[in-house]
Amino acid sequence: MQIQVDIRKTLRSGDRVFELDARFESASQRVVIYGASGAGKSQLLKAVAGLMTPDSGRIALAGRCLFDQAQRIDITPQRRRVAYLFQDYALFPHLNVRQNIAFGLQRGWRNPLARVEAEAVRYWLAAFELEHVAQQLPHQLSGGQRQRVALARALAPQPGALLLDEPFAALDPALRERMRAELDALQRRLSIPMILITHDPEDVRAFGEHVLRMEGGRLEEQET
Amino acid sequence: MHSFFSDPAWIALRLSLKVACWATLLALIFGMAFGYLLARKRFAGRELLDAVLTLPMVMPPTVLGYYLLVIIGREGPVGAWLQHHFGINLIFTWQAAVMAAAVVAFPLVLKGARAAFETVDTQLEQAAKVLGVSSFGVFLRVTLPLAWRGVLGGTLLAFARSMGEFGATLMVAGSIPGKTQTLSIAVYEAVQAGQDDTANLLVIITSVVCITVLVLANKLTPNRHPEG
Repeated sequence: MQIQVDIRKTLRSGDRVFELDARFESASQRVVIYGASGAGKSQLLKAVAGLMTPDSGRIALAGRCLFDQAQRIDITPQRRRVAYLFQDYALFPHLNVRQNIAFGLQRGWRNPLARVEAEAVRYWLAAFELEHVAQQLPHQLSGGQRQRVALARALAPQPGALLLDEPFAALDPALRERMRAELDALQRRLSIPMILITHDPEDVRAFGEHVLRMEGGRLEEQET
Repeated sequence: MHSFFSDPAWIALRLSLKVACWATLLALIFGMAFGYLLARKRFAGRELLDAVLTLPMVMPPTVLGYYLLVIIGREGPVGAWLQHHFGINLIFTWQAAVMAAAVVAFPLVLKGARAAFETVDTQLEQAAKVLGVSSFGVFLRVTLPLAWRGVLGGTLLAFARSMGEFGATLMVAGSIPGKTQTLSIAVYEAVQAGQDDTANLLVIITSVVCITVLVLANKLTPNRHPEG
């Protein structure tokens, strides 16, 4: 994957001012952005997904310009074709596992039916061994199952890149190790480019093909 | 003995229900739109707008009725425009009663909707957007399903309030039996005319309708949905 990011953003919250200034380029399939919490990693990832608009700069993914302030280009999140895995998964609490996975496959004004049948839904239920919980609501699932549903939901519309925000932080340590191995295998199998942000050195060890360090809103390039 | 359905009490009840239904629908549409705006968009003067939109809840209905008269009356900007282009005169029609009730009931939907929308995690809406669903689709598929209890609770209160509207309605729609004389106005007229039997009947009908609506509203208001 080719990713180019060169953005600046001033965030204000009450009296506090936070300056985000990130500049990096990578051709790696596995980019890990590493830094303490509050370093601005999530904001950076949101900018790539189109959920945060930078004040200035440019973002390009796989040769496609997603944002360019100078040229007034700002592709909506809907059209960026990226998958975003939220830290606490953000599963839709009113929809069952099947509906959550099918959510992005149906673009209109109505949610998928509780018994929705689609090739992609069948595939992901089988791939993540979720068939027996297909009719359950997110709050009835275990932590690992929730993460699998979130991944399946994000990947079902066949996105061009996978963005992961602290994907293992919500899991207990034993499960964390297993889910890391699962994601590792999945990424290799799909060969989908991914950007993972984390404060956990273990994540860096497992996924860090190209590691970038972020500190106090600034991202500087660093080779591994 | 005459049929119940030609009874003035029945006619007044039917008119009240018709006026309240239309008023609630208007209050629901505008209340949801502004509730969403106040819950989700950051802009200067947001809390001032909330205060202004809540005014109808605290102002005397007669004052609201006067404002409405100024706006939709023959000399008012909207009234004159309607008269000139469509030959429509709203004053002393049941539609004017609808407008009066809608204005008075609107803040109840607004408050309920804003509070309900604010309980919905914005991250869920972001997740839906990244999955390719349009903003309006996100509202219909994520925000509203998670907030509907609060919205409905406010809507039922708005309906009850519309049913009981008196002051503003009297100012703009008057008290024309069978045309603009709603239940609450009919009660006043009956008492003025010393018709105690009619007044008693009307009061009982109003109470039953309002209590039913309030019980429903209380059942639905606690915003409980399965947590994810």
